Amino acid sequence: MTTETVIKAENLDLTFHTNDGDVHALKDINLDIQKGDFVSFIGPSGCGKTTFLRTIAALETPTAGSVCVNGMPADEARKNRAYGYVFQAAGLYPWRTIRGNIRLPLEIMGFPKKEQEDHISKVLDLVDLRGFGKKFPWQLSGGMQQRASIARALAFNADILLMDEPFGALDEIVRDHLNEQLLKLWDRTNKTIAFVTHSIPEAVYLSTKIVVMSPRPGRISDVIESTLPRERPLDIRDTKEFLDIAHRVREGLRAGHAYDE
Amino acid sequence: MRNFFPVITVVAAIMVIWYGASVWMNSKWVYDQAARAGTEVSFGELVKDTWSQERPVLPAPHQIVAELYKSTVEKKITSKRSLVFHGWITLSATLLGFIFGTGMGILLAIGIVHNRAMDMSVMPWAIASQTVPIIAIAPMIVVVMSTIGATDFLGKGAATALFGYQPAFMQGLLPKAVIAAYLSFFPVVVGMVKGLRSPDNMQLDLLKTYNASKSRTFWSLRLPSSTPYLFTSLKIGMAGALVGAIVSELSASPLRGLGARMLTGSYYGQTIQIWAALFAAAAMAATLVGIIGMIERYSLQRMGMAK
Repeated sequence: MTTETVIKAENLDLTFHTNDGDVHALKDINLDIQKGDFVSFIGPSGCGKTTFLRTIAALETPTAGSVCVNGMPADEARKNRAYGYVFQAAGLYPWRTIRGNIRLPLEIMGFPKKEQEDHISKVLDLVDLRGFGKKFPWQLSGGMQQRASIARALAFNADILLMDEPFGALDEIVRDHLNEQLLKLWDRTNKTIAFVTHSIPEAVYLSTKIVVMSPRPGRISDVIESTLPRERPLDIRDTKEFLDIAHRVREGLRAGHAYDE
Repeated sequence: MRNFFPVITVVAAIMVIWYGASVWMNSKWVYDQAARAGTEVSFGELVKDTWSQERPVLPAPHQIVAELYKSTVEKKITSKRSLVFHGWITLSATLLGFIFGTGMGILLAIGIVHNRAMDMSVMPWAIASQTVPIIAIAPMIVVVMSTIGATDFLGKGAATALFGYQPAFMQGLLPKAVIAAYLSFFPVVVGMVKGLRSPDNMQLDLLKTYNASKSRTFWSLRLPSSTPYLFTSLKIGMAGALVGAIVSELSASPLRGLGARMLTGSYYGQTIQIWAALFAAAAMAATLVGIIGMIERYSLQRMGMAK
C-alpha cells in the first residue's frame, strides 16, 4: 500500500470568539491521514470533532497552525473540489428528484451533460438506489435519503470523503446496514474517508485509524491504528480483537473525561 | 362536496341577517312617508317596501344582484354604464401595478439579501412608505404625474398609430398603476427577503464545499427555496394592487373604473350602484387571488414541494 499523506494537520488551533467569551475549540491538533485510510473522529460532544472536520473542509478557518489537503492549503483544496462532504442531515433539495440532487454538484462544476448522467447512474448503483432516481426526497425513507446524499458527495469523483455523523439520526438496524454498505463502498472506490461519530462500535467497525478526542479544549488524546482486516463482516464485532480495540477507545474517552472532573 | 353544507349554512345565515337588517334600516323612510300621507303600513307592506326602494340605506341582496345583471349583461361593454367597462379599467390598472410592484419587490429583496448597505437602508424606507395613508398620497401622485405629462400608458399619438384609436383604459393608466404598485411591492419585499434567506447554514455550507458562486447559490438554492414565500406575497400584493387601483380612481381623471363607480354612486345616493361596484371588486379580487393560488398549487406540485 502507498503511504501518501492526503490530509495533514499541523499545530492546529481554533478559537471561536462569542459573546460569552472565547471558546477554545481545537488545541494543538497534529494528524496525518494517509491515502485510502478510513479515519474516525470519536469523542463526547464539544470535543471539536465536527469543528476539526469542518476545518479540513475549509468551512472553518484555523486561528493558528495549518491544514493541508492533497498538498494544498485547505481552502485551495476546497476551491479545487478535493472532497465530498456528507452532513448530519441529508439536506436534499425537496424540489429536485434524487437524480436532480446528485446532478447539482456536477452542474455547478460544469461537467458535460452526457457525463453527468453517467456519473449519476454510477453513484446510484454504488449506494444501492438504482431505480429511485426519479423519486422526490420525501418519497424516500431517512436512510435512503442519507444514501442519496452520500451519492451526491461521491458524484464528482473527489478522492476524499468527509462525513459528519451521517448516520447519527438513524435507528440502529438501518445504521448497521449502512455501515456495512459504506465499508463495501470504501473498499471498491479506495477513497480516503474521514468520519465523525460518537458511537464506539461504529468507529471500531469502520476505521483503519481511530482518533479519540476530548473536550475543553478540543484535542486528540489517542490515535489507534486498527489491526482488523480490511474485509469486515458484521459479526467481526463479536471477536476479541474488536472488543480489545473498543476497550482501548473507551479508555481513551474516559481519560479525556477524567481531565474534566 | 364536503364543504357544501357548512358553506351554504353560513351563506344562509348571512342572507337572513342581511334581509332583516335591510328591513330595519330602510323602515324609517317608509314610516316617514306613511306619516306624511297620513296612512298606516302593515308589516307585509313594510317588508315589501324596504326590499324594493330606489335609494335604500341598505339594499337587499336581490337588488344588488339585479343591478349587477343589468349593468353587466344588459349594457354594451363599451357603455359608460357597464360594470364590465369599469371593471376592465380597474383591472388593467391593477395588473399593470401588480407587475410593477412585484418586479420592484423582487429586485429590492435580491438587493437586500445580497448587499449589506441595502439591507440596512432599504427596509426602513419600505416600512415607512407603508405607514403613509394611501388615500393621502394618491392624489399627489396623480397631480405630479399629470404635471410631468406621464399619465397615459401610450400617448394619444402612439396609440392611434398602433390601434387606430386610443383605448379608454390607457388614458390615465400610469398614475393608477403606480399607486397600485405602491401597495403591492411591500408584501413582496418582506416575503422574498424571508424566502431568499430561508436556506439553512447546512445547505449554504454544502454549496460552499462545491465552491459555488453567489449567482449559482441564488439560482439553485435561494430562489427555489423562496417560491412558497413568493406565492403567499403575491396573493397579498394582488389584493393590495386592487385596493390601490380603486383608491386611485377616486382622484384620477377621467372618472372611470370601479372606484369611480363607487364615488359617483355616493354623490347621487345610488347605494345599489355602490354595492354592485363593491361586489364586482370583491369578485375580481377573489378571482385574481384564486388564479395565483392555482398557479401556486401547480408550481409547487411540479417542484415536488406539495405532497
